Formats: sequence, C-alpha cells, structure tokens
Amino acid sequence: MNTFRIGGVHPHDNKVYSAHQSISECPLPPKAIIPLVQHIGAPAQPVVEKGQKVKVGELLAKAGGFVSANVHAPFSGTITKIDATTDAWGMRMPAIFMDVEGDEWLETIDRSAAIKRDCPLEAKEIVDKIATAGIVGLGGACFPTHVKLLPPPGKKAEVLIVNGVECEPYLTCDHQLMLEHGEEIIIGIQILMKALGINRAIIGIEKNKPDAIDYMKQLASKALGIEVKPLKLKYPQGGEKQLIDACIGRQVPSGALPIEVGAVVDNVATIYAVYEAVQKNKPLISRVMTVTGKSLSKPGNYSVRFGTPLSDVVALAGGVPEDTGKIIGGGPMMGRAMNNIDMPANKRVSGLLFLPENESRRAEVENCIRCAKCVSACPMGLEPYLLSKQAALGMWDEMEKHSIMDCIECGCCMFTCPSHRPLLDYVRMGKAKVGGIIRARQAAQKK
Amino acid sequence: MNLVLISLAVLGITGLVAAVLLYFVAQKFKVEEDPRIDQVQEVLPGANCGGCGFAGCRALAEACVKADSLDGLLCPVGGAPTMQKVGEILGKAAAAAEPKVAVVRCNGTCEARPRTSEYDGVHSCQIMHNLYVGETACPFGCLGCGDCVAACQFGAIRIDEKMGLPVVDDEKCTACGKCAKACPRNIIELRNKGPKNRRMVVECVNKDKGAVARKACLNACIGCGKCQKVCPFEAITVENNLAYIDFTKCRLCRKCEAECPTGAIHAVNFPPRKPAEPAAAKPAAAPAPAKTVAEPVKTVAEPTPAEQPKQEEAKA
Repeated sequence: MNTFRIGGVHPHDNKVYSAHQSISECPLPPKAIIPLVQHIGAPAQPVVEKGQKVKVGELLAKAGGFVSANVHAPFSGTITKIDATTDAWGMRMPAIFMDVEGDEWLETIDRSAAIKRDCPLEAKEIVDKIATAGIVGLGGACFPTHVKLLPPPGKKAEVLIVNGVECEPYLTCDHQLMLEHGEEIIIGIQILMKALGINRAIIGIEKNKPDAIDYMKQLASKALGIEVKPLKLKYPQGGEKQLIDACIGRQVPSGALPIEVGAVVDNVATIYAVYEAVQKNKPLISRVMTVTGKSLSKPGNYSVRFGTPLSDVVALAGGVPEDTGKIIGGGPMMGRAMNNIDMPANKRVSGLLFLPENESRRAEVENCIRCAKCVSACPMGLEPYLLSKQAALGMWDEMEKHSIMDCIECGCCMFTCPSHRPLLDYVRMGKAKVGGIIRARQAAQKK
Repeated sequence: MNLVLISLAVLGITGLVAAVLLYFVAQKFKVEEDPRIDQVQEVLPGANCGGCGFAGCRALAEACVKADSLDGLLCPVGGAPTMQKVGEILGKAAAAAEPKVAVVRCNGTCEARPRTSEYDGVHSCQIMHNLYVGETACPFGCLGCGDCVAACQFGAIRIDEKMGLPVVDDEKCTACGKCAKACPRNIIELRNKGPKNRRMVVECVNKDKGAVARKACLNACIGCGKCQKVCPFEAITVENNLAYIDFTKCRLCRKCEAECPTGAIHAVNFPPRKPAEPAAAKPAAAPAPAKTVAEPVKTVAEPTPAEQPKQEEAKA
C-alpha cells in the first residue's frame, strides 16, 4: 500500500465518535453574519446595499482580485448592515449582516435530489461557472479552485488527484460525504477532468475508511480513467504535496506548485461543490462540518450554511460539554483553539472539536535533547528544532535559507517532540515574518 | 655560560627579524583610518544598542565622521549633549534633538479589560499576536507577555503585575527604540520627554468603533473627538476612531485630560491637581488648569540650559 516517503506521524485517529453519523441539516438561524473573507487572497467586495432583499444564491460580494472568491447569500432575507464582526480568534473581519426571512431560492438553482450526469459545457465554461460559484478548496487552505484549473502558460496538468484522505484525527465530514454523495463526486471528478483536458484521476483514501474505499471503487469502475488508491495510514497524507507523492510517486520541488509535476489536487468536498455548481447552478453556500469530541452528547456531521452562528451547530450537537477545556476549529493537529463560538460558519471551518480539560493542557516544556525526532517526522524534510531556535532569535535570513516557506504547518514536529517543545508556535511565527519580508522584497522589486 | 649566550643571540636575532618583517607587513597592509573616528567613539556611550540605526557605536562614529552634517544622526542613548560633543570634535553643528522616551500606549489594566480566554502557549507576545486576539477582547492592546522587557538592554521596562502592563522607567530609558520594534502591536512609541518629564499621552491604540472598543476595555479611546474640539493648539487628531496627540504641538494644557470621558488621555508626571475643582460650573474650572499651562509653555518653546544638566544627571 502506498504512502508518502518523508516523515509523518501516527496520531490516534479518534474518528469513532462522529464516523457514520449521517449528514444532517442545521436549521436556519433568525439572523446571520456572512464574512467577506472566507478564502485565501483579497477580501470580496460587497455588491449589495443595506435594506436590500436577497434570495438564496444571490451574489453578495464579488471576488476582490484574481486570487479571491465570490460570496453568495446562503439565506433569503434583508441585508441589515455591512460592518466588521469578530472571527473565531477575536480579530475583526468585514461581514454582511442579514435578517433571515423564509427560505426563498433563486429560480435558476436546481434543488431536486435527482442526479444529473451529462455535462455539455466546454472547459472554459466550466471554469467560469466554478469561479462564479465562489468555490474554494474545502480541505482547509481555502485556495480559490478556479485558479488551480488555470495552469500557468507552459505547464500542463496530467492527473487530477482527489483528496479523500482526511488524515486529521477526529474529522469525518469527507468520509461521510463520500458515502452519501459518492456518485455526485464521481461526476464532479469527470467535470474537472474535462475542464483540465485530462483523462486520468486518482482518488486517494486512507485505509481507515474501508467502506468509502469499497464504495468509491465500485463507482469508479463504471467511470473511465478514475482510479481509487487505498493509502497507508499516516499523517499528514492529506497535505497536497504528500498526497501527490503517495499517489503518483512524484515530489513537488521546494517552492513550486503541484502543477510543476503535472498534478492538480482537490478535496472531495470541493469536488462535490463543483458538481453542485456546474450541474445544479448552486453556488457554494454551505458545507459539511464535523462537530465532535469525547464528551459531546451528539457528535456528528452537519451540513451548515455559511453565516449560521457556530453556537447553533453546537447546540444541535448537544451543547458545549461541561468538561471542555478547549474548542478547536478544525482538527486537533492543524486546528487552532477558538475563543468565540458565536462566530459564523464559513468556508474555512471544517470541524469543531471539543477537547476535555485534561487533554487540552500543554505539557511542561523541557530542554531539547537533540534526538532529532522532529527532523525525522517533518514531511517536508526541514529541521524544526533549528527553525524554531532561529525564529526565537529573529534570524529571518537564516530561516529563509533553511526553506522555512516550505513548512506546511502540519504540527508533526511538535507532536513527536519528547520534550514537548513548542516548535510549531515558533516556526509558524517565523514563517509569517519571513513571508512578510519576502512579499515586501517582491513588491520592492516590481517597482 | 655559552648556552645562555647562544640562546640569547638566537632569540634576539629571531625577534629582530620578526620585528623587521612585521614592520614592513604593517606598512604594506596599513588601513588608513580617520583618527577622529576613535575620538568620536570615545564620547559615545558604548552601549552598542543599535538605537541609532547603525550596527553599534563604532558604526555610528564612522557615519558621523563621513557625513557632511550631523542631521539625522542621533545617539538616542546619549541624546543632545553627546551629539554636541561629537559636533565639537568634528567641527559640525549638532542637530538639536529633544530627549525622547518610550511610551506605552495602552492602559488596559486587569480591572479595565476583563479576561475572555486563557492562553497557555509560548510566553511571547509575537506568537500570541500571530495566533489570536489575546487573553482580552481588544485586538489592539497590550498582550502582557513582555517581549518589550526582553528587548530592553537597560532594564528600563518591567511588567507591572497588578496592571499586567509594561511600565517604563523614565530615568533608565534611553529611547533606543528596541521595545517599540519588539512590540507586535506597535503600542510603544518614542515621544518627546517633555519639560520636567511631563507629557500628555492617549494611552490607547484601539481603532475599533467606540462601542466595540469600550466593550473590550473601559479605558479605551472611543474616538468621540471631544479632546480634539477642546484642544487650543490643534495638537490632537482623531483618525480611525482613535485620538492622537502630536507631541510637537502639545503645550501641556491638560484640557483634553479633563474632557476625556473614558480617561484614555493621561497627564504623566504632573503634580496632582488641586482639589479645588468641585462640581462647580465648567467655566470656573477652565481657568484653573490654564494657570499651570503658563510655565511649561515657555520651557517647550526654548529648552532652557537648566534642563540639560538635569538630563546628564539622570544618566549618571
């Protein structure tokens, strides 16, 4: 069985709590706040005004640049104001506030459950439709999908790699999506293959989801050029570069994009969104997220429209457990603790994890014993012990030389450290600093 | 005896040959250096803090000797007196510089700013700032981990445990600016020390709208603009819901302090106000502070020589 070659760790997957819980709809809230930054890149620019009535699926804000994404109305109702709101980490972000009234959809959106197989559209039309629908990578990075489908001149995509790995412990939303909407995902893959002009796709699924592997295999056998690859269990296999290595054995060079080795990677949730956008004209207005935790009464997978307060979703899952120490947005490896669960659901939040008090405390930091476990664990082949030290000392140039920008912030180094050193904290901080320095330099060069 | 003589001779000749060799090598590889660099370096404080923007005191000395005028070159540690000495050595006029001091522009004390979360990550403001808003709801305010304290070479900043905020020791601060650079939220600013160390400061950097800012912190500036209206010298500007006092224009009349509804404006190092200010009519209260204005105004306009020795004393 395949996996990626460098580094990786084996955290306990803890998926049992929410696995095989069928996706349930979250009820509509009376008021909603729709953030304008739900993706990587420039914030979307609002195109609606205060007091305007909108229907579900109407455009609320236009992409603010090439790397940006449209934001659509997830609810019908009246826009009350366009103002700043507080995100899960307490920082301010621009958002559109609305009062939800009824559930009136745009007529163009096909809401029937019937599966539509044929796609008569040309490649360019498909890409346009994806861009208009505001689809971003739902695996976590939220990179606008249409940008991936337009390879830079001189580069040619050869294979579409579909990420059904879900290597983050606890999260099960992609797993459940594959089980419930496998057929749509296969059609979505075919649409993307057409858009890219390729005839090969590989679905990578980790072997802790045997039912998903079997089901997808069965569906893929009927489709041409789609192959399901069961993968060995190892974190962070869902990382773009790791998945490419695991699926086709090619390594993306430092600083390059996957297209360099002819691969385009998309998450199954993204592909489902592509299917809905292209075949059903439905823009990206909701996503499946996992709400889970050891002491949560009803952990499960919920389909949540963007703008619903996360606290509503939590209430649906049985409310915040009493012994909660930390609430993590995303999975336990890459997610960050949140200090505000009233913030609205958005494209970025793939899960909510309630960690009990005794598990959420950090262990006491001890001295580095030079065991180099972090070096063996790093899936990008970096030296986390060195980078963290350099970050603490502010040696930004040195960090750049040691390829800090290749770091995918997966947290393997910190997970494996026997001295519980806060390696990732420093590396992340250093990466942000060095990234800023590099951007400033590039901007200066352009002038 | 012979042995002693031979050894002496061998050592002597070796020494002589080496000396001649070294002499010629030294002549050949001599680096011409302006002797004034050494002289200038001598009068610089030798803290090598980098506050001047150069790599150390020697680099500043070199720059001073090379430069045509001393404009823009300033040793923040030594201040104006040191630069005057440098000017005397080089025969150039030293730029007049007001002594400065680091000012912490946050007054979100533990009482004023309730804790909304508990942070158990790395004890560093930089990292905390990268992660989230901090332990309080104010995304602009002090995080209290003391990156500034770690950056200070002079022991001039400490975190006051009761307030949870950094406190600058005016006497020790050399205005090298290290703390200002270390602060990820740009709270610390170098401001003119002011006559008798007196100055007016808006101790807040929150750019949120008034209601939001006030919710996060009782001492926040809400950008109401009352201070701007009351200021007779146009020293106060309100931008992005935040007031800022231009220390070059401020004449320390303290009217803004009295006007500020949240107490965000602070008068530093002033003697306590006379208690003769009951809830009487406002016009009656106005002239009272106006009197205290009179003296400092003069000192601002023309820095009296009496002040400079005081500065030196402070350093000693």
